Amino acid sequence: MDLSAINPILLVAAMIAAATPILLAAIGELVVERAGVLNLGVEGMMITGAVCGFIITVNTGSPTVGFIAAAIGGAVLSLLFAFLTQVALANQVASGLALTLFGLGLSALMGQSYVGIKPPRTESTPLGSLADIPVIGPIVFGHDLIVYLGLAIVAATWATLKFTRAGLVLRAVGENHDAAHALGYKVKRIRTLAIMFGGACAGLGGAYISLIRVPQWTEGMTAGVGWIALALVVFASWKPWRVLLGAYLFGGITQLQLNLQGAGVAIPVEYLAMSPYIVTIIVLVILSADKSRAPGSLGRTFHASG
Amino acid sequence: MTDLLALRGLTKAYPGVIANDDVSLSIAPGEIHALLGENGAGKSTLVKMIYGLVKPDAGKMEMNGAGFAPTDPRAARAAGVGMVFQHFSLFDALSVAENIALGMETPPPMRTLAARIEEVSQTYGLPLSPDRTVGDLSAGERQRVEIIRCLLQDPKLLIMDEPTSVLTPQEVDILFKTLRKLSAEGTAILYISHKLEEIRALCDTATILRGGKVVGDCVPRDTSAREMAELMVGSTLATPKSAAHATGEVILSVTNLSVASPSAFGMALKDISFAVQAGEVLGIGGVAGNGQDELLAVLSGELPSAPGMVTFEGRDLAGIGPEARRGLGVLSAPEERLGHAAAPNMSLTENAMLTGAAREGLSARGLLNWPKTRAFATRIISEFDVRTPGPENAARSLSGGNLQKFVIGREVLQKPEVLVVNQPTWGVDAAAAAAIRQALLDLAAGGTAVVVISQDLDELMEISDRFAALNEGRLSDPRPTQGLDVEQIGLMLGGAHGIEVAHV
Repeated sequence: MDLSAINPILLVAAMIAAATPILLAAIGELVVERAGVLNLGVEGMMITGAVCGFIITVNTGSPTVGFIAAAIGGAVLSLLFAFLTQVALANQVASGLALTLFGLGLSALMGQSYVGIKPPRTESTPLGSLADIPVIGPIVFGHDLIVYLGLAIVAATWATLKFTRAGLVLRAVGENHDAAHALGYKVKRIRTLAIMFGGACAGLGGAYISLIRVPQWTEGMTAGVGWIALALVVFASWKPWRVLLGAYLFGGITQLQLNLQGAGVAIPVEYLAMSPYIVTIIVLVILSADKSRAPGSLGRTFHASG
Repeated sequence: MTDLLALRGLTKAYPGVIANDDVSLSIAPGEIHALLGENGAGKSTLVKMIYGLVKPDAGKMEMNGAGFAPTDPRAARAAGVGMVFQHFSLFDALSVAENIALGMETPPPMRTLAARIEEVSQTYGLPLSPDRTVGDLSAGERQRVEIIRCLLQDPKLLIMDEPTSVLTPQEVDILFKTLRKLSAEGTAILYISHKLEEIRALCDTATILRGGKVVGDCVPRDTSAREMAELMVGSTLATPKSAAHATGEVILSVTNLSVASPSAFGMALKDISFAVQAGEVLGIGGVAGNGQDELLAVLSGELPSAPGMVTFEGRDLAGIGPEARRGLGVLSAPEERLGHAAAPNMSLTENAMLTGAAREGLSARGLLNWPKTRAFATRIISEFDVRTPGPENAARSLSGGNLQKFVIGREVLQKPEVLVVNQPTWGVDAAAAAAIRQALLDLAAGGTAVVVISQDLDELMEISDRFAALNEGRLSDPRPTQGLDVEQIGLMLGGAHGIEVAHV
């Protein structure tokens, strides 16, 4: 066992990067659920975003264009879910599961001829010399733009939900869609927009895996991150900052246990591999012991009557 | 004076039913106009059209002489129409100020809004703290949120759908003062209520709907409640009559009952004692939220109580659950129709099964007897005049009053030994309410001990033999109803809760 092989600074920096896909997917799903919709298709939208981003980046040579394409790809797929649940009034759970299966299949088809290709490298350290500050530099300023974008989305989501009228209306729709309708708010339109936002965030998260974390394309490469993001939203009590905490905790422990495995710690690999799930759930369950609860209309189909 | 709002020939049809058929009426500024009708007469559809929630099929509306066709509630609010809903359109998890902001077109910043809420609530004697979470408020306080939400927009027309069903007499007085003050300031009020005496006290004119058509107008002050009720029903009305009957043995007795509320916002019951004899109707009055739900839950068996507190025919009911109590003959009908008394998405037949299984023999050896259940449901529907196409319809498809008739009928037809009902006629029209009361009286005449928990004091005065008030979880000593007047009862109830008279 050689713990000295673990460089704490690189470890923390890697934790932040590892957390980003979960963070993006979870914050998107948080907005969707705060609007009262339960979209279990996060995994499908992530993998679709991953393949869209990959294909466009390889063909254009620009990761930026690729990430935009990933967001659009996730949002377009989420429109299918919006159509099923908001227009056809299908069951949300079944539609979400179908979306995941559909997304996995679609992405495998789209990505067939891209297996084994290396995408162009995504620029990191856009902050230049700040990254050279000892300790803080690599941890805080050494990342690619998407890491900061993820943080910015969390902050913006929090501020929007808390301080703006748009956020208040979104919460109202999620809390009691009948009352919101009676007051004249367009429940379906608001929910469709929220679903598309969730799809775009999930797509970004997926592309982060295929373009930066791995970076290559393999079928099913999101490997359940979408499901973790879903669980994270619940355990975070639908609060943006707790999603951030949970995502970093999960990403961090994932990275740490990989390092511990590499260092040859005498704990069976299985225990290390399950540790991120256990620690994240325990911490968030303790946090969610306050009186916060799910949005009142979560998962219920809205049908305007009379 | 020119009309503020004129409706001409409004018609709205739904598949299978014409909700409004050529309805015309007009309201002058400052007028308090009552809209009367039985459940399903088309009152709600009519006001929904004025509020832009429903588009009329034919006919037109005019506001101040100009055409008025709101496409959604925002347009209606912009034109000066405010509405206080019967089922509050509030968001439990949000604060009072946030709820109010959601009902406004261009809400000011939260801090300004909070100040304005304080100001309006002071002016109209409706105290309300802007920061409180709506989920923690009582029904009366929730109504204030709705009213203040409307008042902040300086409405020219205020629509109120059954506003007094959750208020004490004193609270009703204060609401009426507020409404009269608004009327004096030139705000017209369209007032929907089943309580005819209230309409006589408050309203200038009344339009009566029956089967979607206007069947008459009257000046409520000059018309007796009975005449108005008969106009609504279209036939003469029978007043519930209590047949002379002897009361017998004590069947249900409650001794020093103290129990904590299962809900964080509920009211604990404190040292309650009473006894009900066979053939007696005990009325328990009081504002909702003072332990009514808890008392019903204890008597029905949903909420466990300590041994010796509740006894039925000398038998201790502690540890006996709701289904076993139904088997013994202790039945109950809770206040919340959808979700508590009835499962909204299940058919009426299935709902009949849910409480009728034990006493009506609807299941045997774990198998359900659907034909027999359907017959039972059909019997409830015909004997209690439940307006529905048939027993296979979902409970939620019934209007509130019709579902109430079904829920009460389901218990009454099981010929209970003890029946406990909470708010038996809440939101039910005059004719149906009379029928329900009559059924309760008939049940008592047959030897059942009936406990009626209600906020409607007129109702309790009409049917109960003895009256007790439940306030903050404590029950006053039951007193014979004869000789009590509303004033004394109001005092027994502990007066108005946190309401002041208008300051201006």
